[in-house]
Amino acid sequence: MTSPMVVIDRVTKSYGEVPVLRDINLEVAAGEVISLIGPSGSGKSTLLRCINHLERIQSGSITVAGELIGYRRVGNLAYEMPEKLIARQRARIGMVFQNFNLFGHMTALENVIEAPVQVLGIPRREAVERAGEILARVGLGDKLHTYPRMLSGGQQQRVAIARALAMKPRLILFDEPTSALDPELVGEVLDVMRALAAEGMTMMVVTHEMSFAREVCHRIAFMEAGRIVECGTPREVLDNSAFERTRAFLSKVH
Amino acid sequence: MTVLEAHSNSVADHRPSEEPRLTYVPAKAWGTRIAAVALLLVVVSFLWSIASNPNFGWTVVGEYLFDPRILSGLYLTLWLTLVTMVIGIVLGTVFAVMSMSGNVVIATIANAYIWFFRGTPVLVQLIFWYNLGALFPELSIGIPFTSLWISVPTNTAISPVMAAVLGLGLNEGAYMSEIIRSGLLAVDPGQRQAAKSLGMTSGRALWRIVLPQAMPIIVPPTGNQAIGMLKTSSLVSVIALSDLLYSVQTIYSRNYQTIPLLIVACLWYLLATTVFSLIQARVERHFGRSSLQASQARRARQ
Repeated sequence: MTSPMVVIDRVTKSYGEVPVLRDINLEVAAGEVISLIGPSGSGKSTLLRCINHLERIQSGSITVAGELIGYRRVGNLAYEMPEKLIARQRARIGMVFQNFNLFGHMTALENVIEAPVQVLGIPRREAVERAGEILARVGLGDKLHTYPRMLSGGQQQRVAIARALAMKPRLILFDEPTSALDPELVGEVLDVMRALAAEGMTMMVVTHEMSFAREVCHRIAFMEAGRIVECGTPREVLDNSAFERTRAFLSKVH
Repeated sequence: MTVLEAHSNSVADHRPSEEPRLTYVPAKAWGTRIAAVALLLVVVSFLWSIASNPNFGWTVVGEYLFDPRILSGLYLTLWLTLVTMVIGIVLGTVFAVMSMSGNVVIATIANAYIWFFRGTPVLVQLIFWYNLGALFPELSIGIPFTSLWISVPTNTAISPVMAAVLGLGLNEGAYMSEIIRSGLLAVDPGQRQAAKSLGMTSGRALWRIVLPQAMPIIVPPTGNQAIGMLKTSSLVSVIALSDLLYSVQTIYSRNYQTIPLLIVACLWYLLATTVFSLIQARVERHFGRSSLQASQARRARQ
């Protein structure tokens, strides 16, 4: 097996006195799909946001594709990198948000080409062509020139996934991608994610969709109170958990 | 068989009656109509009493409307308004971003600037800049700890026009920064996060993502400020600049046709305000494209 895509090593973080992540250790292999489950406030989303340095960690380290995220290591010192370099790292890590966060003043197509043109410097014509292909792939080939507010939640989230894909990410972080959706729109977003997983995209998914976790994810990590309680295959975690807390949580979700 | 018949067949408990259909007549709002007519009469008689009154000196108004002195005053007024608004918007953006900075010193300096320039009368600021020479006889610019310094007498560097631009522009910057700040705060923080997650630096996120979405909130009060500045700029008469109002004043102080000449000034101010309002409407439409599509679609559905 090749070297892991993500290595999270002894990561801790707190907001003032309140610890939100305590001694997190996790490795994600390239091409692996892992879901983070657990009660709200358990630190799942925070962990995700630390992986692209939207939030700082206080100790430990996060490495993506062998690169230390957010810091430059000199001996045992880690200097926070200048914004430009952090931005360069983030450009290769996709993120999909609970509330989509599509740029409201841009059409679906403009949303997708914005970062490739502005950040990667890809010629506009080429970016438009690629964006058209990606939007068609998520089933929105007919919505190129539509503004986000004219799209349903499910369509918006698919544009958001297309926007992340346009940056050719080596990893995509999904922060509760279906939590803000009406129940009948969840399926279309999960279908797109399922297709991505099948293509071998490395994905970390914070979710409450247990059926998706069971069906698509290679592994599931259960978090509670800032710790990873257990991490294993869907069968191990969802069906035969050795941990009382996991079973208690699952009995409430199902 | 039509759709309607199919439907009525499916409703078992009600058969359409044989009676003729009702014709609906909308309620007539007699009170509103009477009030509208009465108001119209008041307005017309008011306008007539002005237009037919010889004391207003309409012939004098016509005589001076295109007087070169007044036109050059109008030019200065428009020039000052445009230049100071541009300075105000640029400074306002800079200070709005500074006041939202995480760095306490930078935020405090921005807030102190806003506090000071909003807190003192703009008339005093104008006089202050005009008399800068009394406080600092020489202005010097150069590199500290070297002999590379250039000095000029303040009174040659700060001409009355320069003093007016500084006074009005710095003052406007303080007001604009609050307007721009409120616009920036109204944009969902998720937009900035999404921009960052795509690899944008915070400067690029501000320029490409946040500011364009703040514009619909920023533009209307900015138009207000520009129209206000049109008239505020008349304060420059205290530093002997002949703007529109001042050139009118110099003329009527000699021929005593006070009212007709003030009417001339008002007509020009009204015309300029109308043009500014039209420009504002255009700018608003430009930044409202994404909501325009939504409202068009709503209309199409109706």
